[in-house]
Amino acid sequence: MFGTLTDKFSDAFKTLSGRGKISESNVREAMEQVRAALLEADVHYEVVEKFTAEVQTQALGENVIDNVRPGEQMIKIVHDELIKLMAGEPPEDIQGDAPGLGSTSTQSGAGEIMFVSPGPTIIMMAGLQGSGKTTTCGKLAAHLRKKGKSVMLAAADLQRPAAVKQLEVLSEQVRDEAAGDKTIGFYSEPDKVAEYGKAVGAAVTVCKNAVKQARAENIDVLILDTAGRLHVNDDLMGELRQVNAAVNPHQIYLVIDAMTGQDAVNSAKAFHDQLEIDGVILTKFDSDTRGGAALSVRHITGAPIRFIGVGEKLDAIEPFHPERIASRILGMGDVVSLVEKAQEQVSEEEAQALQEKMAKGKMTMDDFLKQLKTIRKMGSMKSLLGMLPGIGQQLKNIDLDESQINQTEAIIQSMNRDERADVDLLSGSRRRRIARGSGTNQKDVSQLVKGFEMVSQMGKQMSGMGMGQRLKAMTGLGGADMAAMAGGQNPFGKTKGSTSQKPKFKKRKKRK
Amino acid sequence: MGLFRAAFDKIKTGLAKTRSGVAVVLGDQPLSPTLIKQLERELIQSDVGVKTAIELTKDIQAGWERGEIESTGDAREFLIEQLIAYFPQEDRTIHFEDRNVGPTVILVAGINGAGKTTSIAKMAKSLRDEGKTVMLAACDTFRAAAVHQLEVWAQRLGVTVVKGQQGGDPAAVAFDAVEAALARGVDVLLVDTAGRLHTQDPLMRQLTKIRSVLEKKLPGAPHEVILVLDATVGQNAVNQAVKFTEATEVTGLFLAKLDGTAKGGIVIAIREALNIPVKFVGLGETPDDVEAFEPEKFIRAMFEG
Repeated sequence: MFGTLTDKFSDAFKTLSGRGKISESNVREAMEQVRAALLEADVHYEVVEKFTAEVQTQALGENVIDNVRPGEQMIKIVHDELIKLMAGEPPEDIQGDAPGLGSTSTQSGAGEIMFVSPGPTIIMMAGLQGSGKTTTCGKLAAHLRKKGKSVMLAAADLQRPAAVKQLEVLSEQVRDEAAGDKTIGFYSEPDKVAEYGKAVGAAVTVCKNAVKQARAENIDVLILDTAGRLHVNDDLMGELRQVNAAVNPHQIYLVIDAMTGQDAVNSAKAFHDQLEIDGVILTKFDSDTRGGAALSVRHITGAPIRFIGVGEKLDAIEPFHPERIASRILGMGDVVSLVEKAQEQVSEEEAQALQEKMAKGKMTMDDFLKQLKTIRKMGSMKSLLGMLPGIGQQLKNIDLDESQINQTEAIIQSMNRDERADVDLLSGSRRRRIARGSGTNQKDVSQLVKGFEMVSQMGKQMSGMGMGQRLKAMTGLGGADMAAMAGGQNPFGKTKGSTSQKPKFKKRKKRK
Repeated sequence: MGLFRAAFDKIKTGLAKTRSGVAVVLGDQPLSPTLIKQLERELIQSDVGVKTAIELTKDIQAGWERGEIESTGDAREFLIEQLIAYFPQEDRTIHFEDRNVGPTVILVAGINGAGKTTSIAKMAKSLRDEGKTVMLAACDTFRAAAVHQLEVWAQRLGVTVVKGQQGGDPAAVAFDAVEAALARGVDVLLVDTAGRLHTQDPLMRQLTKIRSVLEKKLPGAPHEVILVLDATVGQNAVNQAVKFTEATEVTGLFLAKLDGTAKGGIVIAIREALNIPVKFVGLGETPDDVEAFEPEKFIRAMFEG
């Protein structure tokens, strides 16, 4: 995600960073590159023009040229403007020329839904075909259940074949797999399904009935999944307006594909004009989209981006944080998201228990395996490391081999219980057996054992600074501190700080 | 081309639904720097790609300075001529296997929500209307109710469908489908696959596997690999095409949802970046809404309104 945009920004700022003195024409030149990068990333033309003009005015007005560190100052301006673009609010602290880069704490109510009492809170989903409405309904239901809400999914897409069935299956999946114990209801009237264009209007009745049903069952949140439609299809847009008028949804979310091009962003405006949407959910954010839609949508519609879809699984939905995304675009990393991800997977007690084990040098291969699996659950190694400040840039050309982790897992799983508890047992013949069992060779096994010993040794030495405490320490970091971590060093300059930080952190990850 | 009716008016109306078009060259007025700038903007907004848009505009600017391009009408003719030159004569037909040898296997792939299943329904209907017997293979065993969606289409179109278990191995379904196609002697087997983001390496490898299973089971198969692209996607469509081609040698593109975009310039961006012909364009939700792609007519529709 954002890969190319980050590269291009980095190129553009290279001309500015590291120089003690720059001229007005340097700034203009850099902005020309930024403009091209944004356009290539499918950011809407008007947004690009406005953005570059704004940054340029600010840069020249704030005497970037006379600043001791013009590159950093420039990046800060761009960072703030990016946030403004995505959050629609002016970032705080613009005048201060502190070296901290991401010193904003703009909260846009990301992922917050206003619930009404008594329920149900009605959420209507709308969007073009294939933007991901139905899948997102499932994810949203899982998200809400985790927050302790009972949810009902109503199938108001009577056009696409099997859309009703799809939502039904999804609601069952949420019921079976998602965290939480609240009811996940499903409402449909399959007899109303008809071929394209022949069931227009029927959705209104279905939605009305769904509301009745949800009320009767005391459901907290009712999600209406509507059919995909073109913003220029008057009949179908009329249907949405009718649903809107009939059930008065509390929230209308527009679902937009993050890869949307220049032209289709206009469709968002058309939806907004007719429905007054309350928020946008950007899907397929885990693709290699250069993020044009993310940057354009707020400006075009005026509605905030609430959530982003980041994968195929039910839990692959995240609240949208403009300031974090801006940092990621500029290659400044996103430590806060990383820590949140870690906390989702590791409970405090687990972390505590492991920490004690490590302190006593009693960590076993089983613990190690569990840790590996935990990291796995958080996402791909590359995406995780990409969230660390200064690493994204260096990471771009490295093809992190996930199969290495597979191999490690296979090796450990080929050990018997005693061996996992005590690696000293691993004689040559045992290692040969393990290598055969895991489809590796003896060298790989030995390498793993060696690495493990090193790690557990380190664990003993570093006792008292285990995962749990580190996590706590990290969550305490607010925006400013995070910026301090990212700042101080120019994310694009290959300072010593940024390179020496990387291996250290990697080791830590492995060790935990 | 025979397979599909080439009524281009439909594309025109398809595009026209949202037409704001590359409007600046629609009329015929003296060119000015302001209009040239506006043209650049409209070209960029039509998704033709920034580089192409800037190059074309530069050429027009130069032509204007030399006095060769004087009006917006001249600019329009210039653009049409230039862009048509982007599309050399190429084979945009479907390659059918000799009937006596066996079925023609068409593997269909694309990212989530691109419009694969609907596009398959469209191809199936056209083929069926041509008098060919068609079988569908429901290899999307991942997404909820995807198999069911294909079944509904199969039922509506009166074609057979081979399916597997939800969550099962798609390559195994592909294998069974080829077997069934051979046994029943159908003319064409359309293989539907799960939507996958081109950035998900394991899923792309799964696609490669499906392909190699088809190859092994029936030498020469798949005879066509059609990548379905959403026309409303921006420049990312190019990345998609590159990655899918790496995984499974795409032989043609199906540009879906062209009726959802005012300009469809992504066709040009893809042509500029890759050598894969667009074979079909999708223009609506019903199985009839499909056309063969004819570049010249398409480009004229883009600029002539």
